[in-house]
Amino acid sequence: MNIKYAFIAVILMAVVTYIPRVLPIVIFRKEIKSKYIKSFLKYVPFAVLGALTFPDILYSTGDMTTAICGTVAAIILAYRGKSLTVVALGAICTVFAAGLIF
Amino acid sequence: MNSKWRKDFTYGLKRGLPIALGYVPVSFTFGLMAVSGGIPVWMAVFISLSNLTSAGQFAGTNLIINGAGFLEITLTTFIINIRYLLMSLSMTQRLDQKMNLPKRLLIGYGVTDEIFTVASMEQGTLTFPYLTGLILGPVLGWTSGTALGAVICSTLPESLSSAMGIALYGMFIAIILPAARKSKPVIIIIAISVVVVCILKYIPLFNFISSGFRIIIATIIGAGIGALLFPVEENI
Repeated sequence: MNIKYAFIAVILMAVVTYIPRVLPIVIFRKEIKSKYIKSFLKYVPFAVLGALTFPDILYSTGDMTTAICGTVAAIILAYRGKSLTVVALGAICTVFAAGLIF
Repeated sequence: MNSKWRKDFTYGLKRGLPIALGYVPVSFTFGLMAVSGGIPVWMAVFISLSNLTSAGQFAGTNLIINGAGFLEITLTTFIINIRYLLMSLSMTQRLDQKMNLPKRLLIGYGVTDEIFTVASMEQGTLTFPYLTGLILGPVLGWTSGTALGAVICSTLPESLSSAMGIALYGMFIAIILPAARKSKPVIIIIAISVVVVCILKYIPLFNFISSGFRIIIATIIGAGIGALLFPVEENI
């Protein structure tokens, strides 16, 4: 890990996280009227997380068989409404166990 | 510090405590995944302290681990976090009008989904001491959880760390699936954006597009079509 690269990236992330939070509070106080923009902003997190997860999750463990097992476990746990941590840990354990079997 | 200040601050602290506790396991998992991806412990903590957000910092950290370019990292994080505009806009109507600029700059740092939700359920104006108290606990919970996960990960055996690669994606699934279950538009939007990302990834014609930009393009198409087909009626 190149520390300088990572550090600059983190600062950039912090800045673009801060800007939309602080702008309305200090300057821009008008309500967004456009229903289209409001809807777009509301849907963005789902579109991003979907695109980030699939298909990359299948390559996340270095072995597609264990990754598929982990993905299935995560989907089942999340579908049952388990918390973020339970889903993540469940997927890790499943991948680990699958790695021992296959 | 007068008694009104202290009263508001203490009340804010109390209201923020459940958020702080809820943040610990999530940031713990973030710490685990960041360190297993090669991020140093101190930097994982620094990410949580400076970003104080979930999806945005998870995605950004993921891109850092994959060695993505600065433009991709910045754009992806920005697109995820742009929704805070709506929350801040709604919160700013309720802020104490006398609050000065430095205080406003400080409060802006603490607008997260959960803090916003709690603050917007309060009656009356939101004062600076109240918001400081409300934000403080979650910040501590978020950073200390990260530190704990990061430190524990650095002591785990090598054999576990390849399994850890799936942690972040597991968290993503845990965020989107419950919402997708409840909402057909959300399922369709996720499907569109996944299909777009797969097209860009697997069709050689689009090989020139880097992984970060694939995400950005898929997001804009997915959320863009979604907003056209399913405009949201109510406010967030």
